[in-house]
Amino acid sequence: MGKKLLLEHDHVPGINSYSVYREKGGYASVEKALKTMTPESLVEEVKKSGLRGRGGAGFPTGLKWSFLAKPPGVERYLVCNADESEPGTFKDRYLMERIPHLLVEGMITSSFALGAKSSYIYIRGEYFYVAKILEKAIEEAYANGWLGKNILGTDFSHDCYVQIGAGAYICGEETALLESLEGKRGNPRIKPPFPAVAGLWGCPTVVNNVETIAAVVPIVNQGGEAYAQIGIGKSTGTKLISASGHINKPGVYELELGLPVEEFIYSEAYCGGIRGGRKLKAVVAGGSSVPILPAELILKTAKGEPRLMSYESLGDGGFITGTMLGSGGFIVMDDTTSIVKNLYTFSRFYHHESCGQCSPCREGTGWMEKILHKILDGHGTLADVDLLWDIQSKIEGKTICPLGEAAAWPVAAAIRHFRSEFEDYVKNPGNIQDVKHYYRLNNLQPA
Amino acid sequence: MAANKKIEFSEETLALCHKLIKRYPEGKHKSALIPILHLAQAEFDGWLSPEVMEYVASILKIQAIEAFEVASFYSMFNLKPVGKCHLEICRTSSCWLMGAEDVVRHLEKRLGIKEGETTPDGMFTIKTVECLGSCGTAPMMQVGADYYENLTLEKVDQLLDRMKASGKRKSYTDVAETRPL
Ligand SMILES: Cc1cc2nc3c(=O)[nH]c(=O)nc-3n(C[C@H](O)[C@H](O)[C@H](O)COP(=O)(O)O)c2cc1C
Ligand code: FES
Repeated sequence: MGKKLLLEHDHVPGINSYSVYREKGGYASVEKALKTMTPESLVEEVKKSGLRGRGGAGFPTGLKWSFLAKPPGVERYLVCNADESEPGTFKDRYLMERIPHLLVEGMITSSFALGAKSSYIYIRGEYFYVAKILEKAIEEAYANGWLGKNILGTDFSHDCYVQIGAGAYICGEETALLESLEGKRGNPRIKPPFPAVAGLWGCPTVVNNVETIAAVVPIVNQGGEAYAQIGIGKSTGTKLISASGHINKPGVYELELGLPVEEFIYSEAYCGGIRGGRKLKAVVAGGSSVPILPAELILKTAKGEPRLMSYESLGDGGFITGTMLGSGGFIVMDDTTSIVKNLYTFSRFYHHESCGQCSPCREGTGWMEKILHKILDGHGTLADVDLLWDIQSKIEGKTICPLGEAAAWPVAAAIRHFRSEFEDYVKNPGNIQDVKHYYRLNNLQPA
Repeated sequence: MAANKKIEFSEETLALCHKLIKRYPEGKHKSALIPILHLAQAEFDGWLSPEVMEYVASILKIQAIEAFEVASFYSMFNLKPVGKCHLEICRTSSCWLMGAEDVVRHLEKRLGIKEGETTPDGMFTIKTVECLGSCGTAPMMQVGADYYENLTLEKVDQLLDRMKASGKRKSYTDVAETRPL
């Protein structure tokens, strides 16, 4: 097993409580930061670590922090993005539920670096029970002097709150999240200005993913350089991967970036191979938005090199033969899977979740869903497959936020790599009826 | 809800509302809207009637339309009455791969209603929803605050029996004190 920085203690009984977390060395990063570092030196450490945002885009965290505007007399905020709604992603939930204090500790340490007096954890509404777990952890942190006024007797005071959402994927987009946190509909804002300049209530704001903020804790404890030694090239550190679908051992795994994809799928330490010993057909490697890849391209790049779990290796080949690490939502499909039907579930999702501000996204996602539905119903034509391609190509780059792209990319990739399957649906509709796409519930053998 | 029942939070909930408002800087109390709408939905029979939204708006001293604007955006807010147990089954990729459609079909058969409908006794509503972050324990459904994961048809039957026997409404805000990990 590789190195663990975040989930080292995830199976220790009672690790969700303050006392056990503290026994295991919890809150050391707050002590170290407040007593031995300045906000500037902390930002430097994060820069040195090479940490990249774990929410999907992979933007360097230290750089993002250094963009934060600091006009005198204006509040600054840290907002944690715990909206986690990208299909296939459930790592933030796991982390918050198991080790809530790790996030709270990361919030305090990061807020010190940013000079934020208040911070908010925006969590998706469906995770109500997780919000309660976090609130309890925050209470314990106050009770033990890690939050509140003059923490550890220093000048630094901080308050941290949990804010609950109410069901909207778009609120994971950082400016929609800020709108929602202000008590409005989750419509993304036009950028610039970026949140670093005008974010929450118009104040400079940093928005980071749960895992990003948690990773600040080991970075401060061990130093940025030590963190940068872990991983491979510019993909430093460890990453939480949410593994689901047709595998023997679905779950959340922390892995050192650079692990071969093949090892991740087949080794007993991780996914444990394909369920029922079947053949791998395709993988969506980084959450629903990233391009799907057929088995041969997920295991090896087009150049024939082993594909690794890293930003660069998964991206090798661009969107023609590669994909993205994204949020780390790793969905595995065996040879019984209908790629067309899977795509339909994605397109239906994006249609449902489009906020409706931009016509190409609002209308395009609806058209794509309807055409896929038509094809699945056995009424599709070859022209429909071309039309799907045409629609997706007209969304990208034409919307306020990247939900448009997130909806277009899966369609493009499915057609690019599995066109013959779409054509088969259209040419032989008789074959579609009653395709057994999934394992029957009571009999986990493939039907 | 009885037609003449006054729409007013319990004292306890009202106190909680005022506590929530204090989490934000002065003048930014509108940020408490979504949390308070959740409290309202839980307290007033699982949905947000126009009167309830007006009441929430009055607490925050905002226009009723602002409450409606927000309530109508988010999928967890019900603008029509729903059953006491709102069965929300995830239908997205990973859950579909693992048999979510079978769960929905089974529920429809057992309850004699279609997706989107409520049983005549007002006990159950079936709804399909998008990914709930439980993809590794698929298929799954959420009822109130509770996540039911790794579902099998037998498990679904047992759950329905238990919910029916209890007869209680399940709200998002009813979080059990401890959840086995
Ligand atoms: C439609 C959409 C949904 C998103 N959902 C999430 C999410 O659920 N969680 C998250 O951390 N980032 C999400 N993001 C990315 C955020 O906008 C933002 O980049 C991220 O929170 C930044 O944090 P990081 O730098 O730590 O990754 C989403 C982006 C888009 C366009
Ligand atoms: S796909 Fe069903 S919970 Fe994620």
